[in-house]
Amino acid sequence: MKNNYFAGLTPWRNGRYLLLLAALWLLVPALLASCRPPESDAGGAVAGASLAIQNKGSDTLVNIALAWAEAYQTVAPEVTVAVTGGGSGTGIAALINGTVDIANASRAMKESEIEDAQANGIDPIEHVVAIDALAVIVHPDNPVSELTIVQLADMYTGRITNWQEVGGLDAPIVLLSRETNSGTHVYFLEEVVRLGSSENSDIFAPQTLLMPSSVGITSELRRNPNAIGYDGLGYVDPAHEKIISVARTVDEPFVAPTVATASSGEYPLSRNLFMYTAGEPEGIIADYLSWIVSPVGQEIVAQLGFVPLTGGE
Amino acid sequence: MTTNVPAPPKAPLPSWREKVIEGLIWLSGVSAVVIMGLIFFFLLREGLPTLGEVAWADLFSRRWYPIEDLYGILPLLAGSFLVTVGAVLIAVPLGLVTAVYLGEIAPTWQRELLKPIIEVLAGIPSIVLGFLGWVSLAPLIQSLGAPTGLTAFSGSLILAYMSLPTIISITEDALYVVPKEYRDGALALGATKWQTIWRVVLPAARSGIVIAIMLGIGRAIGETMAVMLVTGNAANLPALNAGIFFQPARTLTATIAAEMGEVAQGSTHYHVLFMLGIVLFLITFAINSLASWLVGSGSRRRARQ
Repeated sequence: MKNNYFAGLTPWRNGRYLLLLAALWLLVPALLASCRPPESDAGGAVAGASLAIQNKGSDTLVNIALAWAEAYQTVAPEVTVAVTGGGSGTGIAALINGTVDIANASRAMKESEIEDAQANGIDPIEHVVAIDALAVIVHPDNPVSELTIVQLADMYTGRITNWQEVGGLDAPIVLLSRETNSGTHVYFLEEVVRLGSSENSDIFAPQTLLMPSSVGITSELRRNPNAIGYDGLGYVDPAHEKIISVARTVDEPFVAPTVATASSGEYPLSRNLFMYTAGEPEGIIADYLSWIVSPVGQEIVAQLGFVPLTGGE
Repeated sequence: MTTNVPAPPKAPLPSWREKVIEGLIWLSGVSAVVIMGLIFFFLLREGLPTLGEVAWADLFSRRWYPIEDLYGILPLLAGSFLVTVGAVLIAVPLGLVTAVYLGEIAPTWQRELLKPIIEVLAGIPSIVLGFLGWVSLAPLIQSLGAPTGLTAFSGSLILAYMSLPTIISITEDALYVVPKEYRDGALALGATKWQTIWRVVLPAARSGIVIAIMLGIGRAIGETMAVMLVTGNAANLPALNAGIFFQPARTLTATIAAEMGEVAQGSTHYHVLFMLGIVLFLITFAINSLASWLVGSGSRRRARQ
């Protein structure tokens, strides 16, 4: 009898049980991980009580936010600020879901996002922390150096597809853009593609290449003479990319983006950069935000090639 | 009856220990099924609300632009299809030929050199291949005359490279189990080496080869990061012309990876991204079913002969 029993357990069957065991041990952590988000929601809400500040969002702001976090160590060594990027949409979604204390955004929150936040019991408060100029960039070999916003809109909606039509060579235009979760993308959509008009519902041409990062745009641009892209002024390296001068209309002067032209408002594509908190900031978060808009904090903004706030907020 | 070495006498296991072990084995078997079920359940729970929020006609429209509530998945399906088909067209012939060479033609020293190298290829993390594609493959394709090097073809090449080790290893295993008598018989009947491989060995290894191809396709369609780096991610319905593979494309997987971090839980966009997950699940399920059906019908036919 016993022999028969062992004969039934052929090596093949044993092997299969081993496989199942292996599958179990692989899948259990996956299942636990998938159950976690609701717990961490609750955890994020109390994080403000400790001395760690969770700061997440805009890739445009991420370098400034990191520099602030680092410099703040000398001001208040007991406070640690954890900074991550991912895009404005990512940061705002995290604020709505209650997993960060401060969301960085290179665009204002949308109505729908504010509603979502309020539905989750969070009242987002907006703080302007810096100014950014959006630079339109092309390959250094591209002869085009001036474009109007209407021309840019025609290019990005696909109405113009050849550089010849804007005074360049006979070559196809390759459109580069950030992903849709980027605040820079939304700003460009509203101010350029839609010409700043809320009734205009044009969107990016479907052939627009969506790059996962700012670096993605600049490195494709450096090797592709047909490409055009846009990026925050702080990220543009004039040695490798050609910055286009932009005019609001053909009758107005073409202006190159600089700290001076952006803060004076001469350059048409400049915008505020924001931090959002859940409710009025208190304690260490309030201290941190007031330090950011102080002259010391704003000096860091200028050092990184962005435009500091003027007139003291 | 052959005389096996008699099993060394063991102390009989106490029955409670046996019960515990049996119970654990049962538990691990059942839990694998339960976990699979739960994954599918969560996928459906998060994805199916899409059908109430987005009309079918909108879901199968031509524009994917989620921040304006345009959720047309056709460009994404087309992107995934284009990149995967391209990868299969490159990887399958190359993989089969390599496996036949390794298994049937190459001298032993070559086989022993090449096999480990091919297996090391399988271990290269996909993001590394994606980075190589971004740095060196894309400029190369651009220099061939495409407006940009970030195209579906770039993605296909990277994916083909990634699925090659799978296809080669499994095909070679399938060739290995073809009995030597088949080859001896064919050669004895006067067939040339080529005729033996083409008419005897490959048909005999058919089911294993089908599995190799299907696993290769599975690897290709599910890959995300490498593809995201090199295909340009333009959600454009590709124009049907000679340059179809040389257009930017956005795949289902890249879309989920790029956008999942942005969405608010419970929003329409969130549900649609899970819907994309369901679509991917259905595609891989269909591929697996097709594979087992092809393998099954192959062995049935052999059984009848």
